[in-house]
Amino acid sequence: MSEFLLSISGVNKRFGGLQALSDVGLQIRRGQIYGLIGPNGAGKTTFFNVITGLYTPDSGSFVLDGTAYEPSAVHKVAQAGIARTFQNIRLFGEMTAIENVMVGRHVRTKAGVTGAVLRTRSQQAEEQAIRERAGALLDYVGIARYADYQARTLSYGDQRRLEIARALATEPKLLALDEPAAGMNATEKLGLRDLLKHISADGITILLIEHDVKLVMGLCDRVTVLDYGKVIAEGVPAEVQRDPAVIQAYLGTAATH
Amino acid sequence: MITHFIPPLAGKPRAAFAATLVIALVLAVLPFVLGMGGNRWIRMADFALLYVMLALGLNIVVGYAGLLDLGYVAFYAVGAYMYALLASPHLAMHFPWIAATFPDGLHSSIWMVVPLSAAIAAFFGILLGMPVLRLRGDYLAIVTLGFGEIIRIFLNNLNSPLNFTNGPQGISNIDPVRIGGIDLSRRLEIGEFTVPSVTLYYYLFLVLTIAVIVVSIRLQDSRIGRAWMAVREDETAAKAMGINVRNMKLLAFAMGASFGGVSGAMFAAFQGFVSPESFILMESIVIVAMVVLGGMGHVPGVVLGAILLYAIPETLREIARPVQLLLFGSELIPAEALRMLLFGLSLVLIMLFRPTGLWPAPRHGIRPTAQEARA
Repeated sequence: MSEFLLSISGVNKRFGGLQALSDVGLQIRRGQIYGLIGPNGAGKTTFFNVITGLYTPDSGSFVLDGTAYEPSAVHKVAQAGIARTFQNIRLFGEMTAIENVMVGRHVRTKAGVTGAVLRTRSQQAEEQAIRERAGALLDYVGIARYADYQARTLSYGDQRRLEIARALATEPKLLALDEPAAGMNATEKLGLRDLLKHISADGITILLIEHDVKLVMGLCDRVTVLDYGKVIAEGVPAEVQRDPAVIQAYLGTAATH
Repeated sequence: MITHFIPPLAGKPRAAFAATLVIALVLAVLPFVLGMGGNRWIRMADFALLYVMLALGLNIVVGYAGLLDLGYVAFYAVGAYMYALLASPHLAMHFPWIAATFPDGLHSSIWMVVPLSAAIAAFFGILLGMPVLRLRGDYLAIVTLGFGEIIRIFLNNLNSPLNFTNGPQGISNIDPVRIGGIDLSRRLEIGEFTVPSVTLYYYLFLVLTIAVIVVSIRLQDSRIGRAWMAVREDETAAKAMGINVRNMKLLAFAMGASFGGVSGAMFAAFQGFVSPESFILMESIVIVAMVVLGGMGHVPGVVLGAILLYAIPETLREIARPVQLLLFGSELIPAEALRMLLFGLSLVLIMLFRPTGLWPAPRHGIRPTAQEARA
């Protein structure tokens, strides 16, 4: 078994005349919290969408947990073990919080139409297990009291938590979060940080795309910095922070007289 | 099961059991009560049950999976014509080899017809589903509408060069349903007591309708039902949860169509005659209206919607003339015109005052405001 859980290299993606990603790659060790940062329009979300199968890359090699996977369809990537959340939360709004998490169990369970119609013993046992696991996950992210509320009625921070619980329900090897702190206030950000630390401590590897540099620097074990679709720096946060290329990307070049 | 219809009974098994008994008794006695007004009232109940099956089938596609299907009547037609062809002299009359193979004519047992009509309609459902997988909303509605028309036009024109459907003349002399030697098209005499044919069909349709309700509710509360609803709510997020959206949509089309197929086969057996005229676009629209007005995705609501939307215009047809005669001494507006007028009016009123349907799914708790939560 390789020491890397996720190993991606040579990703190219072009949208018409725009080379959105050129030769991008990253390697995530098991148990790490890995940050992917970069200024606006750097290609973070594009790269993220390529990893999770939403966009088909022009080229690139993808290895998850020692086996190559083809990010050709989103649901296959989820089956392979990468669960994601969305930058602009995408919950199943009319369904209750617990139902949202139960949907997350879909990919790890198997009852079909016959089981459902005949209410077989195995289907009922599975259903029971799904409900219990979903309840436990709601408790884990701290919103168990809202289990029976419609997802869309939850507060913004709680919706983020629910989305994470739903992703965790798929038993991912890698939890991929797209700007989870976007739009959160300072208190909510602290809460999120504690939650992510907790998840990481429980052995789940996390890939985090984030705008908030402070959050990334305090939380991540390693980061990759993208700019104009290229990797401009990679390393532990403290090093990356001092990297002149990174400073230039974020702040621009010092004026020369 | 009963608690889906009467939620307060949840957790009270004795009361629920009693309520089930009462409802079963009412449903069993209903045809005899209706029969006092004449057999045509029982006949209306029969048709209402057929529409309940149709509406519940469409509810799987529209209500659960969120795919607007305006050509649903096509599956009703497929079921009806399948039974018509398999249980009438038509094919034997036009194809000598069929006449030679089945010297007694083609006849089909109900035990074969129900599963077969479900299977063939499901096949047509997948046939429709395949090309429309990527379409949503208006575009999906347009294509499904076209599909419904294609099926009808095929039925209308498949009478030459080989006569499959007998074209606009339709197929007649369709066998009635026989169960265990009882011919449902004749009245049954038990000692002094006679049960008319329409009542026998009523019980058959009632059993099938209950089966359809049970299947609907069980699917809804299952892994499959949740996946459908996830697809309805957000397709991309559903995919990200590992749901194979393509298969789930095809499954919804197939399941929904199968209910329509069974209902169609029963329609053919009950009428003894089918023609393309019964499967016009208006039928599809009425079925969609039943689902939407009843309460999309909510089985009891859809059942109510189907019964009301079938019963309102039919009742108006029955009473419009006598009421006018009583009030004005003459029939000012023809019953047929008044019927559509009031039908349209009732649709508008329902949508104005109950936009989520007459009996929508119970609303889950709204999150209390921050103050309440803290208190």
